[in-house]
Amino acid sequence: MTKRIGMEVSLALSEAVKLADVDCVAAYPITPQTHTVEHLSELVADGHLDAEFIPVESEHSAMSVCIGAAAVGARTFTSTAGPGLALMHELLFIASAMRFPIVMAVVNRTLSAPLNIWNDHSDIMASRDCGWIQVFVENGQQAFDQTICAYRIAEDRQVLLPVAVNLDGFSLSHMVEPLAFVSQELVNRFLPAYQPLYTLHPDQPMTMGAFAMPEIFMETKKVHEVALRQAKPVIQKVWDEWANLTGRQYQPIEGYRMEGAEIGILAAGGVCEVAMGAVDRLREQGKAAGLLKLRLWRPFPFEELRQMVAKLKTLVVVDRALSTGGPGGPIFSEVRSALYDEQKHPQVSGFIAGLGGRDVPPEHIMEMVTRATGAQEKKEEFTMIGIRERG
Amino acid sequence: MAKPMEQYTWEELTVGSVVTEPGNAREYKTGDWRSQRPVVEKEQCIKCAVCWIFCPEPAVYETEDGYYLANLEYCKGCGICAQECLTGCITMVEEEK
Repeated sequence: MTKRIGMEVSLALSEAVKLADVDCVAAYPITPQTHTVEHLSELVADGHLDAEFIPVESEHSAMSVCIGAAAVGARTFTSTAGPGLALMHELLFIASAMRFPIVMAVVNRTLSAPLNIWNDHSDIMASRDCGWIQVFVENGQQAFDQTICAYRIAEDRQVLLPVAVNLDGFSLSHMVEPLAFVSQELVNRFLPAYQPLYTLHPDQPMTMGAFAMPEIFMETKKVHEVALRQAKPVIQKVWDEWANLTGRQYQPIEGYRMEGAEIGILAAGGVCEVAMGAVDRLREQGKAAGLLKLRLWRPFPFEELRQMVAKLKTLVVVDRALSTGGPGGPIFSEVRSALYDEQKHPQVSGFIAGLGGRDVPPEHIMEMVTRATGAQEKKEEFTMIGIRERG
Repeated sequence: MAKPMEQYTWEELTVGSVVTEPGNAREYKTGDWRSQRPVVEKEQCIKCAVCWIFCPEPAVYETEDGYYLANLEYCKGCGICAQECLTGCITMVEEEK
């Protein structure tokens, strides 16, 4: 039996960064990410982590520093949340297009207004198209594991892309959980020293981040697109290797009680833990329900999705972000689009829940299933669950 | 760059579009952005090289007889040389369409 240690997830995340032996941390404190960054600054100040800790004046600068540090061959880390990710937005595209293997923990928080510091996925969904590998975790162990795996994936010569590890603010980041840590020796074996493909050095001058005329810009985007898509087998390979070392296996989409399922619930992040409970209750009621946990958001796991939903009659998609005035939640619209050309596919229903830290109890998940499998009401694009209405 | 940009396929590009050959911006001629060009009145020129110092491109070069002229393949017509010239021997002239 692995020994487990109780620790706040924010701090466990910092411990994972320490085990990854990063060279540079640049971050601006923002709720609910603060504990991670505070703890990293302590680890550096107390001499437990030999890294440059650069306190910057904004998230725009945090990512700029990470880009500069990565350009000279440093293993870098940053973390942000909600409005911080929004302020970093411009640099996200630069980091990925310049192919720097930066790792960032996004402690998901909503976007104002009204001012709200709590969790949903509005922040990462607004940055969805930034060209990063994007992973969702649902508990502290996954946050710890995925942070270490992220460096191995990002720095693989077949990949060379930044990775965002998404974890829910407060409802996950501030939980104290029993965690299985790994030894420095294991991490050293799993994650060799970063060997950059190109580095800025006076001995071999080169230009990074040059400009590109219309004659060549689209070709550069094609390179990026292909690199992100082709990262998927590498991601799986790294996760398989992690499973061999720790016994903890990850997949682009992970199924829970999907045997013989006719109703599927697809969700990302901490709400999956609640949805597992809802699935258990539905099964007790004799309903053939199962859960699909979306682990890998970019590159999007099209093949895995099509294969896993092939036998479903109903697919409920839970989004914790609203594409206001659009087709519904970002995950819902992508899932429905991914299944459009399939000859046989489940009825896909989209639900928005848990915005700005609103609790999503199992009853809400069960209500989604009832609505999705019930008589067809006047069909709207999607349904917001848990809204108080007049009358 | 060994060939013009429009001849590159995406498969030929470096990771991150890194430019590994220093100084190859020279092959990229930017002079056609210009709407005005500097014209030097040599009789007033004292060969002080202030225009050479201030040109941000840098497109100003020294001729064999010691004068300073702008290489029109790179000069973008910003007019800084005319502004800084000590004797006022440089005038900016409209490029003809």
